[in-house]
Amino acid sequence: MPIFFREPGWNPLRELEQLQRRMDRLFQETYGTEWRPWRAGVYPLVNISEDPDNVYVRAELPGVKAEDLEITLQDNRLILRGERKIPAEDEQVNYHRRERESGFFRRIVALPAAMQGDKVAATCKDGILTIKLAKPEAIKPRKIEVKVV
Amino acid sequence: MAEKELRAKAKEEVPAKAERVRPGRVFVPAVDIFETPETLVLVADMPGVSGDKVTLDLKENYLTIYGEVGPPLGKGETMVDQEYYTGDFQRDFHVGSLIDQSKIEATMKDGVLRLVMHKVEKAKPRKIEVKVA
Repeated sequence: MPIFFREPGWNPLRELEQLQRRMDRLFQETYGTEWRPWRAGVYPLVNISEDPDNVYVRAELPGVKAEDLEITLQDNRLILRGERKIPAEDEQVNYHRRERESGFFRRIVALPAAMQGDKVAATCKDGILTIKLAKPEAIKPRKIEVKVV
Repeated sequence: MAEKELRAKAKEEVPAKAERVRPGRVFVPAVDIFETPETLVLVADMPGVSGDKVTLDLKENYLTIYGEVGPPLGKGETMVDQEYYTGDFQRDFHVGSLIDQSKIEATMKDGVLRLVMHKVEKAKPRKIEVKVA
């Protein structure tokens, strides 16, 4: 009897990542310490959520302008590229603190399934990028009626 | 493209001093602080905070900035994979007595707060000439 169910498109790396997350949670529940959920470690960090019809990918990109962002969808891979520019201040300024960073980023976000490329909307508001992707019909939740015989 | 690649960082949380009324986490925003001859400028990254949700509090020589974020998810959404936490932003600064407290300009754009504080006359730099005896 197989111990693991291998789905099509089974990704051992993803399995490992999931295992790592489960171990983290176990650790947190046992010892009550903070569980820091930033395993991917590639800028920008993203949160993925869903509702019955759409998948949402959000990232915190303060000060990044829409024209400096390049978003590409390739089947189930969402590619986020761009640059965070911090405009140079006047030459006369002297710094006390400089914690904000500028630079470029390029990240691939793996989505649970191939999305409909023509139904993607990206918005940037208050420094948060939200990408809304419509789920293809095949993965939308379906109600299953129980027939009374 | 710039030469530097950005690296992901976990947001730093504000150490809890008192029990908070509003639930959720509070983070320390990354800031740049610089001076021009006439002003002291503070730039803070507060993603998710809109202009009307920023509170600035100047008490004696302490300036507190606070930004309130909206709900992280839309209605009916459930989180699938969370890499970053969301929460309000707060940070305190000791600005000293060199700031003219009546002349502070604040602007909020794309999640970045920019505070321009004007210096009082006596704090403006003066060139000191060395006399040759």
